Amino acid sequence: MNILVCIKRVPATGARITLTADERGIDTRNLGFTISPHEECAVEEAVRLVEQFGGSVTVLTLGPAEAAEQLRDALAVGADRAIHLLTDGAEWDPLATANAIIEAARAESFDLLLFGNEAADTGDYQVGIRVAVALGLPCVTGVKGVEVRGETVIARRDFGGGWEMYQVPLPAVFTVKEGLNLPRYPSVPGRLRAKKKPLEQREPARQGGGATSSLEMIRLATPPEQGKTVQILGQGVTAVPRIVEILHELRLV
Amino acid sequence: MILALVEQDGGKVNLHSLEMLTLARRLAEETAVPLHVVVIGQVVDGLGAHGVTAVHLAEHDALDDYAPAAWAECVVQLIAAERPTAVLAAGTERGNEVMAYLGARLGVVMAANVTAVSPGDDYRVTRLRWGGSLLEEAWLKGEPKLLTVAPLVIQAETVEGGAVEIRPFTPQLSADGLRVKVYGRTQPESGKVTLADARVVVSGGRGVGSAEGFAVLEELADLLGGAVGGSRVATNLGWRSHTAQVGQTGTRVAPDLYIACGISGAIQHWVGCKSARHILAINTDPDAPMVTKADYAVIGDLHEVLPALIAELRQRIQSK
Repeated sequence: MNILVCIKRVPATGARITLTADERGIDTRNLGFTISPHEECAVEEAVRLVEQFGGSVTVLTLGPAEAAEQLRDALAVGADRAIHLLTDGAEWDPLATANAIIEAARAESFDLLLFGNEAADTGDYQVGIRVAVALGLPCVTGVKGVEVRGETVIARRDFGGGWEMYQVPLPAVFTVKEGLNLPRYPSVPGRLRAKKKPLEQREPARQGGGATSSLEMIRLATPPEQGKTVQILGQGVTAVPRIVEILHELRLV
Repeated sequence: MILALVEQDGGKVNLHSLEMLTLARRLAEETAVPLHVVVIGQVVDGLGAHGVTAVHLAEHDALDDYAPAAWAECVVQLIAAERPTAVLAAGTERGNEVMAYLGARLGVVMAANVTAVSPGDDYRVTRLRWGGSLLEEAWLKGEPKLLTVAPLVIQAETVEGGAVEIRPFTPQLSADGLRVKVYGRTQPESGKVTLADARVVVSGGRGVGSAEGFAVLEELADLLGGAVGGSRVATNLGWRSHTAQVGQTGTRVAPDLYIACGISGAIQHWVGCKSARHILAINTDPDAPMVTKADYAVIGDLHEVLPALIAELRQRIQSK
């Protein structure tokens, strides 16, 4: 089974997000970077499927030179090769991103293409579906369970506390969600092996909807604080009577 | 005309679709055009009170269960016939999915999880990023404008409604459009309160310390008729199943009371619980973001506070 996994480099944010002075980006000077969480699970799933059924995992990212770090992370946990669609660091909208991935995917033959359901940072919810439509492949989104049965795959996703089941033939596109699996951590030998695995850089032309359709960021903003102050009910067990009072006020007991 | 895709739960309009219709109606009023909706398979009542003047009902034998690409085909055909200036859906799993198909089919971009729109030739939209930790202002260009409306942001409103015209149509569905269709469902465990519907959510993070440590949270949740949640740390350490995760990559909850036990309050967690009406944080660290952003806080060890609280509640139940 030949699997393509598309990942995105995103900052690992903590308790608050600080914007850059021009308000067009996040101040990442004190932040590390990671693979967007849903896509970490996509990489793990691809590696497990290839461990079980044989084949090869190709990991792809579109991003600045530094995004090679996330490709190496994926190679360290078992992906076989990497494709880096290099940008100058400017954000590409979902149309332009999908178009570059479509071009890369068309050049090869994959049985399964995995994406995150949405990127942690931009949350556009559409790149995987655009690629599936352009390649004429069936697509299941929000996938949290995958079971291969010969040439077909059963995929399931959350629905109102239960599961919704889909069955599709391969080749297919899945956009997956965290919870699909618990990704492994890279081992030291894995990291060493990753350095020797092939990582190919390409510089795709930016082809979006151009003048006809685009989503262009003007600025970012932090949502207004609700302006409330916390009411400290007490220290340790001495606060219990106050908690009970509040449960009463809210008619929860 | 503004066209809105409405999702339903057994003949009733889904809450997030009502929120979306509120933004759609304001947009229709500001641009002086009618608001139409499209529903798939089954007509829904009460749309007049949301400013809707016509309902396009897609009817086809194959539309007996959810099939995202086929739903999109219905809407694409309606767009070709009716030429709406904008198409909206709720920013739910299905809404985002169907709108992404529309975008792919029409070659235009889709703006997901929008909270505000200034119409014009190009729309100036405000939308959620980082699951709601950041807002983005952006220009949305293209015809038609495609956007989904962020759930739990806009308060659903009703208006003095007029008559609603029902216009059934039979879409042409392709075999490709029906390749991906729900073929089965498992029901949620009966008797269990789901995270999304619970009035009280008792949630634990790193401070819980272990999988076994969640027993006191379970006990409190049972007493209050609530559900147990966890932070990403708790699910990534394997202490709780991922289905219990509250946050950007888990479930968004909106209970009357959210009790955050030993959760520091990373921004990815906060966006999952901030829609709660009240938040109570129990944490040893008075400077933890969860504590400073909460309505109520107890500074202390959850493993001391919760057993004492449980004992007190049990005593009250017994003395009644």
